[in-house]
Amino acid sequence: MLHRRILESAAPATAAAGPATPSRRGFLLGAAGIGGALVVAAHLPGEAFAAGPAVPAVVGPPDPRPNLFVRIAPDNTVTVLIKHLDKGQGIATGLSTIVAEELDADWAQVRSDFAPADSKLYPNHFFGLQGTGGSTAVANSWDELRMAGAAARAMLVAAAAAQWKVPAGEITVAKGVVSHAKSGKSASFGQLAEAASKQPVPQKVALKDPSKYVLIGDGKLHRLDHVSKTDGTAVFAMDIRRPGQLTAVMARSPRFGGTVASVDDKAARAVPGVVDVVRTPVGVAVLAKNTWAAMKGRDALKITWDDSKAEKRGSAQILAEYRDLARKPGAKAARKGDVAAAFKGAAKVVEAEYTFPYLAHAPMEPLNCVVQLTKDGGAEFWAGSQFQGIEQPTVAAILGCKPEQVKINTVWAGGSFGRRATPNADYMAEAALVAQAYKAKGTPPIHLVWTREDDIKGGMYRPLFVHRVKAGLDKDGNIVAWDQTIVGQSFMAGTPFAAMMLKDGVDATAVEGAADMEYAVPNLAVDYQMGTSPVTTLWWRSVGHTHTAYAKEAFIDELALAAGKDPVEYRLAMLKDHPKLANVLKLAAEKAGWGTPLPAGKARGVAVHKSFNSYVAHVAEVSVKDGRIKVDRVVCAVDCGIAVNPDNIRAQMEGGAGWGIGHALRGQVTLTDGLVDQANFDTFEPLRYSDMPAVEVHIVPSQERPTGVGEPGVPTAAPAVANAVLKATGKPLRDLPFAKAGIV
Amino acid sequence: MVTLNINGQERKVDVPADMPLLWVLRDELDMTGTKFGCGQALCGACTVHVDGQPTRSCQLSAADAQGAKITTIEGIQGKVAKAVQGAWQKLDVAQCGYCQSGQIMAAVSLLSQTPDPSDGDIEAAMDGNVCRCATYVRIKAAIKDAAQTLKA
Repeated sequence: MLHRRILESAAPATAAAGPATPSRRGFLLGAAGIGGALVVAAHLPGEAFAAGPAVPAVVGPPDPRPNLFVRIAPDNTVTVLIKHLDKGQGIATGLSTIVAEELDADWAQVRSDFAPADSKLYPNHFFGLQGTGGSTAVANSWDELRMAGAAARAMLVAAAAAQWKVPAGEITVAKGVVSHAKSGKSASFGQLAEAASKQPVPQKVALKDPSKYVLIGDGKLHRLDHVSKTDGTAVFAMDIRRPGQLTAVMARSPRFGGTVASVDDKAARAVPGVVDVVRTPVGVAVLAKNTWAAMKGRDALKITWDDSKAEKRGSAQILAEYRDLARKPGAKAARKGDVAAAFKGAAKVVEAEYTFPYLAHAPMEPLNCVVQLTKDGGAEFWAGSQFQGIEQPTVAAILGCKPEQVKINTVWAGGSFGRRATPNADYMAEAALVAQAYKAKGTPPIHLVWTREDDIKGGMYRPLFVHRVKAGLDKDGNIVAWDQTIVGQSFMAGTPFAAMMLKDGVDATAVEGAADMEYAVPNLAVDYQMGTSPVTTLWWRSVGHTHTAYAKEAFIDELALAAGKDPVEYRLAMLKDHPKLANVLKLAAEKAGWGTPLPAGKARGVAVHKSFNSYVAHVAEVSVKDGRIKVDRVVCAVDCGIAVNPDNIRAQMEGGAGWGIGHALRGQVTLTDGLVDQANFDTFEPLRYSDMPAVEVHIVPSQERPTGVGEPGVPTAAPAVANAVLKATGKPLRDLPFAKAGIV
Repeated sequence: MVTLNINGQERKVDVPADMPLLWVLRDELDMTGTKFGCGQALCGACTVHVDGQPTRSCQLSAADAQGAKITTIEGIQGKVAKAVQGAWQKLDVAQCGYCQSGQIMAAVSLLSQTPDPSDGDIEAAMDGNVCRCATYVRIKAAIKDAAQTLKA
């Protein structure tokens, strides 16, 4: 997803870099009383929100408007406003936990609500605009939400001290109750809310020492959405029903890059329930009174497409062209030592080529949103909005209004995996185009809905990649030279992010996890060759690491085999300068019983990788029977700094393993003559219940700032499985998905 | 006009006979707990009970649904439903949650017919319900937890 490096490059030169500690920050806080409720905001004056070293944040004067993060109501509820999209990763719970901890709230009184779309009030401090991605949500919110919680607590205490006429220093707060022991007085947050809202906002507040945490680190806290997501009441964009709402489905070019040449919509208009057919720059939309009629209407459209600029190659041809490119020098992504000389002196040279298909995200909730044009020339959206900071200006440009006239009501999203975060506002821009095209006839709420087929055939895929890797080993099997060429499309090219993410022909997101390899390889060359195609591509849960970690970790096992070394020992010897990676590797190996005997037909494989500032290792246990594989068990070790919600970290690691393994088994989008071969879950086969291994998660205790968990559980799961299969069969799995090898 | 029995109530809806029950529920009756995931009975997100049987509502026409007792996530009740939803909550199964109505409907059917299911029974009952968040580990644990509750 959106990368921290965007910010590193985008931040003004005056940005203060380096890790910051709360004590040396001058936090500026603002608060306002609204309807008897205490509302607290925290502003950070431009210091680094560093999850690691050298990650500068956006710098500028604090916004004068109150920046709302927590509301304490007279009914004793504490509502935390969530500036990020919760698409299943549990961020509404995670961010609420941080506020509730500093506030000393009782978890039972805590609620969450999605914040309004406003990049000035609610920026992702790694991006400089409101948006969710790159596993940054907790890391970039860590300081401001602790400050917001602590400030609200201080104001409650001040209100109680004034009411009871006792020193504030004698007042304690625990589980949502403010108490004064000497006088025996106590009050709930709700009872103090109104008075607290009139207290001045403290300019400096003390933050808790992590050893005092009650809620952070509590493995038994339930998710705030655990009830609404089991009784059907959680509201997704798909569930929005506004008075007079129409449903729109769009016919898009079956070939990427194709455009509408002509439309015959007579039959579509004759379908009962169809209200109108409108043409937009991105396709032809059928508007109807219900979804069924809209879908039938679209089926009845007769469209001639202009394919003059469309992709007409098949994916096999694209792959063959990439294989050729992989043999040519590309743009330099990394250079260390003298690779050519090191190969000359090598005792053994090993070479491999890894190929990765296009992959769809296919979140369970197909893309959709409701839009209604407003009288002021703007629009109101209901959406599982992930990049509010892109969507507002993009829609505004379409409608000819100001970004702030585009109101977005963010709701729960039924998965994303990167798909809802687009540089072009994608489906929300489509909805705006449809609303604008229909405008002359009225401005009803319009629900633009993608079908599953639209989703699978609709692009924005994880790009198809080819990696060619060559390594030289010395007589003891140590790696002395590493030469790698990575070929694939850049989804940064042609976007507003290109200036930052595409430097000297290298797309940072295509080579992350390869160009910055942690293994101690003295001579290293990594090249990037940009493939081009009208096929649209995008970040996909764990981005470049989806392929770079696989190529690196699968190849390391091939090298260990060539060197006659144990895969864990082989890695550890090269990770002496990376204790966190070494630590998770050792932990996973130990918990998995690495080195202990397994029954016949079973084998273990291992992989370790750093992504999004988190460190993850997997050991997979695989059975091979009659030439078919089954992943039985996965042991995961993760170091993600302070574990805010340990159970949610486990959930993300479970899901991450499933995501990585599921796509490695059968996931692929292929093209024939430019047409996508897959259409739905019968052909783009998802991980199913029967595929899922048992997953064990071990979290490394840490006192360091929390880092991401949404994506880092993905990269090592598949190569750990591949390495187990290599161990069991002696055959490397170099072409994904594994189904190509006939073993799934 | 089609007459349907949904969650014990008779509902008359003016829809074409071929409109799938899924869209009758979601678009005509505003009962949005039943989800659209694939439209082809490939993912199970739209699972409802038709005369007690787990059924993909995207493939059952309004006309064919007449005369049957339809139960949706909004209408499930009884000790099995309570045990299943309770286990889902206890183990924080849901991530994005979009598929979970269908998962829960499938699990309630399973445990209503097979109160003490084997691993194979669970797999057979749940393999048609896709979860892209891969919450399967917890779905399994929750079904076992609910089965324990029902034994007690």
